[in-house]
Amino acid sequence: MIGVIQFPGSCDERDALEAIRRVGDGRLVWHEETDLSDLDGVVIPGGFSYGDYLRAGAIARFSPAMEAVAGFAGEGGAVLGICNGFQVLCEAGLLPGALLPNEGLRFICRQVGLVAEDLRGPFGVELGPGDRLSIPIKHMSGRYFAPDEELDRLQAEGRIAFRYAPGENPNGSVRDIAGVLNEAGNVLGLMPHPEHAVDPLTGSEDGLALFRSLVGANHLTGRADARPPVSAA
Amino acid sequence: MLIRPKEGILDPQGKAVERALPALGFEGVHDVRVGRLVELETDDPAKLDDLCEKLLANPLIEDFEVELEQ
Repeated sequence: MIGVIQFPGSCDERDALEAIRRVGDGRLVWHEETDLSDLDGVVIPGGFSYGDYLRAGAIARFSPAMEAVAGFAGEGGAVLGICNGFQVLCEAGLLPGALLPNEGLRFICRQVGLVAEDLRGPFGVELGPGDRLSIPIKHMSGRYFAPDEELDRLQAEGRIAFRYAPGENPNGSVRDIAGVLNEAGNVLGLMPHPEHAVDPLTGSEDGLALFRSLVGANHLTGRADARPPVSAA
Repeated sequence: MLIRPKEGILDPQGKAVERALPALGFEGVHDVRVGRLVELETDDPAKLDDLCEKLLANPLIEDFEVELEQ
């Protein structure tokens, strides 16, 4: 079962749920919920959580559900943050770096080419270095930033998950970075929206690979096995 | 609390303001940076730095200064 967190102001949670249900089971998780014990993976969807006041993602990280997600991630649970979800994960300190307003100061909504790089753990099942995906972006604050020494470290540790294809950097992200992993590889954040690329009708189904990986994640992280059986309670 | 983009970080908002100024006759203005000012009342000013670091500013991309008035 994959949970999709729903904050006031989220807007892509139903598309994410639809994408998950094409390959497995999923349910919405209201932002006040703290019991994630039935979940094998979590998606933090796109949108404008709590209005995105102050900075995108800055307020959502204090929600009860996010505290539960931090615990879930700490136990090795697979977490996928998309767009606003990526911003929330960075603000929460679960991923390195920050997302700044786009270089051109405009909201951008279009298809972009992505190149997968160092995906591993639950997210490396179907995608590997050099795989090319076509996935839409739609954001105002997608300019990934981290200091140079941090970027060197991320690169050395194999934590750059996706880059925009050469010449396609839409927002001024440093080193063309579109997505990064946490140290353990079980938390992935990316600006493009894989949940909007799951049907040929809308031009691409390249996003499905990530949701298939997420649905199968518990087998890889061993997290499900580490939990006490439900009957023990 | 005065919060501004860290040095070295591109501030497109500042750039846009800078580009607009000559059209209005304001020549010779450069290095425009746009930050924000947060005013609040508190009974516990000792916690303001912590408050800035945890919520009002993102220390990775922003610098902040706290100014107190009685």
